[in-house]
Amino acid sequence: MNMTGAKRFSKASGASRASDTIRWIVAAIGALVMLFPLYWMFATALKSKGEVFSRQIHLWPTQWEWSNFSKAWNSMPFTHWYINSFAIAIIAVIITVFINLLAGYTFAKYKFWGRDIIFFAMLSTLMIPIQAIIVPEFLIISKLGWVDSYWGVVFPRAAEAFGIFMVRQFMMSIPDDLIEAARLDGASEFTIFRKIILPLSKPAIAVLVIFTFMWRWNDFEWPIVALQSQHAYTVPLGLNLMQGPYGTNWPYLMAMALVSIIPILIIFVLFQRYFVQGIASTGLK
Amino acid sequence: MAERPGLGFSSRESGVETALRQNEQPTRSNRPPQKQAGWWSRHQKRIIPYIFITPNLLVFAVFMFIPLLFAFYVSFHQWSLIGTSQFNGFSNYSEMVHDHQFWQSLRNTVVYTIGTVPTSMVLGLAVALLLNRKLPARGLLRSIYFMPVVISGVVVALVGEWLFNDNYGIVDEVLGRFGVGTIHWLSSSTWAMPTLIIMTLWIRVGFCMVIYLAGLQSISSMYYDAAKVDGATVWGQFRHVTWPLLKPTTFLILIINVIFSFKVFDIVYVMTGGGPGFSTTVLVQYIYEQAFQNSDLGYACAMGVVVYLLILIFTVVQWRISRQGESTY
Repeated sequence: MNMTGAKRFSKASGASRASDTIRWIVAAIGALVMLFPLYWMFATALKSKGEVFSRQIHLWPTQWEWSNFSKAWNSMPFTHWYINSFAIAIIAVIITVFINLLAGYTFAKYKFWGRDIIFFAMLSTLMIPIQAIIVPEFLIISKLGWVDSYWGVVFPRAAEAFGIFMVRQFMMSIPDDLIEAARLDGASEFTIFRKIILPLSKPAIAVLVIFTFMWRWNDFEWPIVALQSQHAYTVPLGLNLMQGPYGTNWPYLMAMALVSIIPILIIFVLFQRYFVQGIASTGLK
Repeated sequence: MAERPGLGFSSRESGVETALRQNEQPTRSNRPPQKQAGWWSRHQKRIIPYIFITPNLLVFAVFMFIPLLFAFYVSFHQWSLIGTSQFNGFSNYSEMVHDHQFWQSLRNTVVYTIGTVPTSMVLGLAVALLLNRKLPARGLLRSIYFMPVVISGVVVALVGEWLFNDNYGIVDEVLGRFGVGTIHWLSSSTWAMPTLIIMTLWIRVGFCMVIYLAGLQSISSMYYDAAKVDGATVWGQFRHVTWPLLKPTTFLILIINVIFSFKVFDIVYVMTGGGPGFSTTVLVQYIYEQAFQNSDLGYACAMGVVVYLLILIFTVVQWRISRQGESTY
């Protein structure tokens, strides 16, 4: 397909319209493939156990078993696990957002001895593999008496190189004059942060809140180390527990898996813009 | 990583400015200059930065830097879960040399990384290119590709296990219609790893797509116009305009993807448990099991230290290569 200079001004020639149609069809088929696992979760969650374990596979449930949800919920201490998950995610959001905003702001707007070295050291933590620190981290939280507690899950992941980096990038766009003017008016440094910087940082705060919530909500590898007894489990650990050694009740498991992603999907639908911004601006998920 | 124009918050300037205007009044009016020009008000500007970064620094120190150093220390000991420890020199490291399961799990991790990273990048770029054009329902399509990114690894693994179930899985059912015999996806050591990789692609493609889309949008249409005037084909445009200009984006996605893949745990642990046999055991899982099931914390730490050194070498080499690329480009 040779596009000449003259041709590009003529709106959508026949050939390019045809190729756009093909593109769209390819993209749409891909999208259906991406959606299918979610649909299959939903369809399985509503099927009866008998229907799921027959050689005849129906794309659509023949009988809608809505009671699967309540039965599955009650088959395990899900209420407990959800309380744990929400508590951990919310405490983590508050702590993480606060300390990373402060640090990101400091790196963007203050000149102080050792700034660049400390910033680089913090960024270098991105390179530390979980493999290397998971065991010593456990030893530290057990020394602190934090095994099975919310703090043991929240604190080790509270400082985030991603968060600091993102906040710093954002804060650099806030004009220095504004801070200087407030200083001349006699505002203390903390007042400047609280009264001027915080109100200006809503988009960065939104990104931090959403990502922290998602990470804590989905996290598996650290909670499974830090939480040893079942009553302290979060939802992902509980879901893993539903796989029995003697066969799994798939409708129940899919029902609970579906419920577990609903909070994060709601946040995604409402704030998709911030997810895209967060990933595109720092490249981290 | 810092200078990437166009990838940041595109709307931040205007956002900050509007917020500025709303905020000007309250901050300027009140507050007469504070009287006590004491030691604190003279020095606070110099001391406050350290106070502001202290909480963060403390968390990093206690839960990142100290554990890293501690890992080195523990790795030279026979260390058990109940806390007894005894110095044993390099014997954890020499044990590693002869431990087939360690090498197997290192190999599995590398295979998983090689299986997931290039594939998800190519597919992500392809989808980004498709959805960068004006197509009907483009926004919706983008959202659909992107949505799996927010789903937890545990749920991905559970759905995967059900889709690829040996007896009741829909994947085998569909393939059967096309005349493909039953494949034992998760119970055969040949197919377990590909199944893990496929499920990982589900959540990784949209992630790559989003970063590539941001990269594509930062390329000025000027370049394409010039290329078209020169009579470049679609492939030529991609080869000589898009691809070179996307290089920094590609580099970024590559690094992040490798980091993600190398530390995989949840998907593998839930979906195959490392099996059948040791065919899908990855490093994090092996270390986890050595520490918390075998109570051999010293050995687990020694493996962690080796992984850390490997990542360090990889990063330095990558960085060197990317800098060389810049100077010759």
